Amino acid sequence: MIKINNKKLAKFIGFKAIRLLILLIVIATISFIMIQLSPIDPVRAYLGQRIVSEEQLAIIGHYWGTELSLGERVLGWLQTLATGSMGFSLIYRVPVTEVIISKFTSSLILMLSSWVISGFVGFGLGVLAGAKEGTWIDKVIKTYCYILQSSPTFWIGLVLLMFFSVYLGWFPIGLSVPIGQLSDTVTIWEWLDRLILPAITLSIVGIASITMYTRDKLINVKKSDYFLFAQARGESFWGIIKNHGIRNILLPAISIQFLSFNELFGGTILVEQVFAYPGIGQATVAAGLRSDVPLLLGIVIVSTIFVFVGNMLADIIYKYVDPRLRSVDDE
Amino acid sequence: MSENPWYNKGLFSSLNLREKTLLTIALTGLVLVVIFICGTMINNIPTNFDTKMQAPSFVHIFGTDWMGRDMFFRTIKGLSLSIIIGLGASIISSIIATILAFLASSNKYLDSFVSWLIDLFASIPHILLIMMISIALGKGAFGVIMAVAFSHWVNLTRVLRAEVLQINTSEYVALSNKFGKSKFWIAKEHILPLILSQIFVGTLLVFPHAIMHESSVTFLGFGLSPHEPAIGIILSESMSYLAMGAWWLAFFPGLALLIVVLLFDIIGDNLKRLLDPREANN
Repeated sequence: MIKINNKKLAKFIGFKAIRLLILLIVIATISFIMIQLSPIDPVRAYLGQRIVSEEQLAIIGHYWGTELSLGERVLGWLQTLATGSMGFSLIYRVPVTEVIISKFTSSLILMLSSWVISGFVGFGLGVLAGAKEGTWIDKVIKTYCYILQSSPTFWIGLVLLMFFSVYLGWFPIGLSVPIGQLSDTVTIWEWLDRLILPAITLSIVGIASITMYTRDKLINVKKSDYFLFAQARGESFWGIIKNHGIRNILLPAISIQFLSFNELFGGTILVEQVFAYPGIGQATVAAGLRSDVPLLLGIVIVSTIFVFVGNMLADIIYKYVDPRLRSVDDE
Repeated sequence: MSENPWYNKGLFSSLNLREKTLLTIALTGLVLVVIFICGTMINNIPTNFDTKMQAPSFVHIFGTDWMGRDMFFRTIKGLSLSIIIGLGASIISSIIATILAFLASSNKYLDSFVSWLIDLFASIPHILLIMMISIALGKGAFGVIMAVAFSHWVNLTRVLRAEVLQINTSEYVALSNKFGKSKFWIAKEHILPLILSQIFVGTLLVFPHAIMHESSVTFLGFGLSPHEPAIGIILSESMSYLAMGAWWLAFFPGLALLIVVLLFDIIGDNLKRLLDPREANN
């Protein structure tokens, strides 16, 4: 069984929490300043092409506080943030936290499913390629990964959409609920139907890095002395791969998968845009294009926490779960 | 007779590994230069409403769009635009990386500051960071170049920082120090020449990411303005025609982008192999 030194782990998590706090304050400040420096007038961007009189512009500007100084605005932003509120979304007209919770949960399902799929498939392909190093299987998998690493996520989404939805007509073209239906009345199948293609797109893209990593690790294991010794004892090839290969590379592979939260989030934004899936990605794009600053900043903070937690879990696996890396005083 | 490996048969059998690597680099480089030059020479693409929305044929090999413009020319133009932006962004990002690596090597506090900065930038999702910087700088080509540059220096900085730290422990640096040479002199004369190849390779390896991220943010609407023929714009326009079955509007430009990214990847990998003696035999 995995033994974890609880005291040290607690200290580690506490240390990380303080780091996260500092990081969040800095990121909140910097991103706020960055957006405030933008030459794009938020009032104009919000109104778009609509024609409004000068007085009305001034009213909106006053309502949004555009005449305050930068320092006042930064302080105001940090003060409200400290009370746990992230302000009021300008385009959804509800508190930012509410928008983020509802949007993030629907994205989380998408991200989680593709994360799990890409993890399993990527690991499997990596083991296969590593075990069959140099054969055509290995070459096919390697080429596939090289191509995927250089292909833009949204283009893969477009191609899948064109082929499966438009040409074959197997899946709906977009949206997470059928048109003219409320999201509460959707049956689970209708909803799954709309989740499949985005999830597949995200997984296809996520596979490449984990596969290449697993492959390289397994090839290293194959060169080791204990592998040679196991072969000399006459164990079957796949038996050795299972007992010596997979056991050794599983934990690093899982931690690599946790480190991919950053790309996962980026991929989600693109994929949601292609498939018109109403999640955090669409909210981000809408917030950015229409200058919904509170929402955009809220998303930045939440996504930073998301990525940070992923990195921290990877660290924990790396430092505390992996028995080879636990130091002696941990026991 | 030992078995002859596949790469020693056929046309290039007389070349050794080094020559083959050079040949690969030269060929891929040539393709990219040709794309770039062709792209800059295409200045206006005629609109012709008689030939709108045509599927690929021998006249228009990538088909035409809803204004009858030839998609092949638009794609090439878009690619050359991507290459310019990628070039700007990767050069700026490697300059940032080099400066930060030297700063990190100069003293302990700056070193922890730089690692903290790396942590900071690594924990915001790339796309969000690019979006925000681009918004802050008012979008457009300048905004995108800066945004991509400021989000891609992290990896190269890590590599260079480790390299500089290692060189700093060497005896000749210690000796120069004892001779009273300034830190700047040591950095310029001893360290920079040694890491120059790393910087060069690093710049090339940033290129594919830069191009991809540029087209991604442009696709989302935070990059180049819609009247610019960038690949991201072409692809986001194609979204409105997908349901009509106009697959060529999205398929070929994306594929062309993929190929360009792949070519840059190949050049980068081969150059790395050429310049790094440890990997020369792979």
